[in-house]
Amino acid sequence: MAPIPPPKVTPHKAAQARRHFLRSLIGGGALLAAGGAAWLPLAQAGTVRLRPPGALEEDDFLSSCIKCGQCVQVCPVSALKLADLDDGYGVGTPFIEARAQACDFSCDAVQCILACPTGALTYTKPAHLATRAAMRMASAPILLAKEKDPEPSLNLKERIGVARLARPDLCLARQGKGWKGAARGSGYDGHLRFMDVDRWRPIPLNDHPFDVPVCDLCVRTCPIKGAISLELLPDGNKTPVVHEACVGCGVCEMACPTEPAAIVIDPRRGWEA
Amino acid sequence: MSIKESARILLGGEVRKPAAADYTPGANRVHELKRMDGANRRALAEEMHQQHGHSHTWRNRRWAVLIAVNLLFVLSFWLDIQLLEGSLTASRFLGFHLIDLNSALQVMLAHKHILVNLVIGTATVFVLWVLLGGRSFCSWVCPYHLLAEWAESLHLYLVDKKKVSGHAFHRGLRGVLWLLFAVLAWVTGYTVFETLSLTGILSRALIYGPGLALLWVLFWLLVEVFYSRRAWCRYFCPIGLTYGVVGLPSPVQVGYRLEHCFHEGDCRKVCLVPHVLECVIKGRATAETMAIGADCTRCGLCVDVCPSGALHFEVKGMSQWL
Repeated sequence: MAPIPPPKVTPHKAAQARRHFLRSLIGGGALLAAGGAAWLPLAQAGTVRLRPPGALEEDDFLSSCIKCGQCVQVCPVSALKLADLDDGYGVGTPFIEARAQACDFSCDAVQCILACPTGALTYTKPAHLATRAAMRMASAPILLAKEKDPEPSLNLKERIGVARLARPDLCLARQGKGWKGAARGSGYDGHLRFMDVDRWRPIPLNDHPFDVPVCDLCVRTCPIKGAISLELLPDGNKTPVVHEACVGCGVCEMACPTEPAAIVIDPRRGWEA
Repeated sequence: MSIKESARILLGGEVRKPAAADYTPGANRVHELKRMDGANRRALAEEMHQQHGHSHTWRNRRWAVLIAVNLLFVLSFWLDIQLLEGSLTASRFLGFHLIDLNSALQVMLAHKHILVNLVIGTATVFVLWVLLGGRSFCSWVCPYHLLAEWAESLHLYLVDKKKVSGHAFHRGLRGVLWLLFAVLAWVTGYTVFETLSLTGILSRALIYGPGLALLWVLFWLLVEVFYSRRAWCRYFCPIGLTYGVVGLPSPVQVGYRLEHCFHEGDCRKVCLVPHVLECVIKGRATAETMAIGADCTRCGLCVDVCPSGALHFEVKGMSQWL
């Protein structure tokens, strides 16, 4: 005699399946919500950060950056950092904190662009990924370090930001003051290339003390030809003036000896005449 | 198992009990023999147990490879030896582009433009993992897998002590999430999943230094210790599904020999994806030798644990040379 077959789905099994399904729904929903939460600060623009040279416009950059950090690896002065969770502008995307370590182009060839596998950083923007007109340089920026080379210009067609004398009252030149000693306070470990010290190896900025009667550190450290100069003011003092050739690398902000820096980079801002 | 069936199970489909017509005559003969020959089989099982026993051979090899690959990334940057530059999302091996398939997919969907380097790197990695087994990426390379294995042993200990109980999710969840993250990338123009990817976060943390994003990794480890065994890798991670699909036609797989099996079930206890091993249940194998499906991560734990040598690694079409 055959045993009576048990019912196909017991009430207990049905309840279990229901819980199972509900749990999956909640778990999946929670993960999507977490994804949304991570994206939200970006959707609301969040903090504006300096991106590496050659970066596409921010929206295109965020969609194309694969967050591998190859740009970080090739930078000779470690100017590129990867964003963390709380930075709110894309976990794992590279940015430059110019005051801590600016991009001084001591790699000569803008290596980070060369390293990028996805074209988030490119030498030449494709037609469909055009940048704002104000971001484009009028002419190829000339790297002072390469000025005597057959090809003195940087392979860079757009700026990444533009320098601005944000705190003129702090600027030493405008007060007629000079600067003697290391540019930055003790413990500062940012690096910069000085052509008269070593063509190929950047050294700690603070290992290169200055002694100038009128402070012109922003002008003398600037790696780009004709990007910044000291101009006479009516009161007889001088002031740094930023020119169209500024690519926004941030070396002036890094070298400025006042605390906080008198001159800063406006990230991703174009040139306004 | 057909590729179609393997794909269905990969996407969360239930493993079906085979119909009588599915069995080969050879399989029927072995099943019949096993039913008839109780005493002899038991003696044979004893003998097999003596021969095989429980080893850690494949686990140790796998851990060595996993640590070596991740260490190669770390050292390439730290010591500037430049063998393997980048991280697991995208890298260069001796200058050749390698791009993680899931990351590449996210970028292509978000960006909607495809670059030559991206295509080269993606194609290289695609071919590599078709040859190496697809989800073998998970168990042989992904750094989260190693942490999760340790969390898993803690979870199993706590379950054994009755301190926690396990909770399963629906296996179809991963496929749904894969689709939703693809849609999200397309719609938002942002690689949303990359923000959540434990593989990416851990790989970057190892190479470029730790950050707050590790809290997200910790959260999942806690979920897996206290709530659901291997939850991320089993039910959530879309990367696993991507590589699973890639592994569908792969020649590298775990093979099963019905005749050597005594249906003791140890393999299914250690397996990350036990549904792929349902063919080892008594009476289920439809052929004398079976290949384990694409969701298998080729981790080799079942090969190590099988007390009678019924499970082994094989390369399809190469058995006469190996």
